[in-house]
Amino acid sequence: MSDPAMSEPVLSVRNVEKSFGGIRAVRGVSFDVRKGEVLGLIGPNGSGKSTLFNCILGQLPPDAGEVSVNGRKVSGMRASQMNRLGVGRTFQQLSVFPKMTVLDNIILAGQEHQGTMLSRLFGPADAGLTEEAERLIAFFRLTHLRDELAGSLSYGQQKLVDAAMAFMAGPGLVLLDEPAGGVNLTMLAHFKERLAAYNVEHGTTFVVIEHNMEFVMSLCTRIIVLAEGAVIAEGTPDEIRSNQTVIDAYLGG
Amino acid sequence: MRGLSLHRSWRLLLIVALLAAAILLPLGQKNYFIYVLTSWLIFTIAAMGLNLTLGYAGQISLAQASFMALGAYTTALMTLAGWHWLVSLPVGLTLCFVVGLVLGYPALRVKGHFLAFVTLAFNTLVFLVLRNEEWLTGGTYGLSGMPRPEFGSFSTDKQLPFYYFTLGVTVLAALGLWAIVRSPWGRAFKALRENPIRAESLGVDTRRFTLLAFAIGSAYGGLAGALVTPLVQFIEPGSFGLAHSLRILLMVVVGGAGYFFGPFIGAAVVILLPEVLRFTEGYYLIIYSALVIVMLVFVPSGLIGIFGKLRARFWPRRQVRADMAEGARLP
Repeated sequence: MSDPAMSEPVLSVRNVEKSFGGIRAVRGVSFDVRKGEVLGLIGPNGSGKSTLFNCILGQLPPDAGEVSVNGRKVSGMRASQMNRLGVGRTFQQLSVFPKMTVLDNIILAGQEHQGTMLSRLFGPADAGLTEEAERLIAFFRLTHLRDELAGSLSYGQQKLVDAAMAFMAGPGLVLLDEPAGGVNLTMLAHFKERLAAYNVEHGTTFVVIEHNMEFVMSLCTRIIVLAEGAVIAEGTPDEIRSNQTVIDAYLGG
Repeated sequence: MRGLSLHRSWRLLLIVALLAAAILLPLGQKNYFIYVLTSWLIFTIAAMGLNLTLGYAGQISLAQASFMALGAYTTALMTLAGWHWLVSLPVGLTLCFVVGLVLGYPALRVKGHFLAFVTLAFNTLVFLVLRNEEWLTGGTYGLSGMPRPEFGSFSTDKQLPFYYFTLGVTVLAALGLWAIVRSPWGRAFKALRENPIRAESLGVDTRRFTLLAFAIGSAYGGLAGALVTPLVQFIEPGSFGLAHSLRILLMVVVGGAGYFFGPFIGAAVVILLPEVLRFTEGYYLIIYSALVIVMLVFVPSGLIGIFGKLRARFWPRRQVRADMAEGARLP
């Protein structure tokens, strides 16, 4: 594997600012993410993680600054356009389609990348994706739930379906917003192992927001710590663990 | 898998049986009975369109009757001017598709109750235009004397042939809708209904699908209108008022919004049930309204939802909870 620091950044965030009234939620945050990296974005509640995420993904327009994916400016782009550029994401809240089967959920996540609007109307019902969807479902070990309605699964299983959808279109970059939230320990270990395996198999770049420290520290290769909307520390999990500024920010020192 | 295909073949058998019933039922019946059956089919088409907009794509519309009006008036004006019904049909459908597309734009900004009011206002607007533009629409007196279409030696002047003609159009319309909802488009419409933000993040152009849901649904309204004109051969603005949009909405909800066969059942209840209850003389509206209330309270997913409930009760599907199985295996 080549040195990731040498390659063009997959995601580049430059001086992003966002205020809500008098509150400066994000204050000039900049960072790069290189191909194959698993970047953790952590910080206490209200540190601006989710706002930053939404600014990156076009859910919120940033007041200033620039976001590029593979060198292409994506500020102001619609979420569906970003997805077609190869950016997958999950949401903090569970976001599956409850009245569709697991298989349909996964096929939906890939179908808009196949052909044109018209070819999808007149083409096969599954847009030719059943096999690929089944492979992904098997990867997340959900095969026995293939034909169940997503809404009838347990919370942890739905979380897996939700994550699997973000991978269906074969994205180069996936942003995960609190993937571990509310997932039981058994399921969590399985989930983390699958994410790590996906990263190794496909070289997909990850950005992960997470509160579960154990999850972040063991999954991520690099961590950025936000507090009050600004980056206060950056480094490997070990460096972050022993960083006094980070400890102070978390303990309110 | 075997269970699934078994289910499918049962459904196919049921469809064939119902189609046979639809062909045989009117034989030897009085004209009025055939007329009621024909309007059941026509309202089924209108409700199928609203079912796509509301049931599949989750966009509320209280303007379906106004699209029936656009289709009906287009057909009336063109057939009165000597054009064949088959020529007026694509004109009416295109008009409804385009106007429906325009009506979809507010849905990109407003949702739920507010969208309901926007579409309600549109229905009223169409009604007023039809009533006031006398030079074109005949105002409150409407238009009359429209000919029924002839296809070679097959004339639809009599009630029975016209019923079969309508049945044929209904079957084609249903096949068209079936092709849409089972295609990736149908999946995108459902995704738009269930979680538009998630759908957008997965590459679904939710703006385009919102507009399409209105445009296609409206075209189905136009198709129903194009059949109303030759059926009653007299149209006036009052036949396409808000009350009729609400009736079509009732058909979709009572039948089962988001179920393919919901509109057939819903239209049957709304059109045929009052006829069945006619023997109760003055009480039929009271009984009918009470039945509708009871249905909506006990089967909010519509009549077709009853089948699902019965199946869940007598043939429950086994739920596999892998996390629990895994938990049980923990040392």
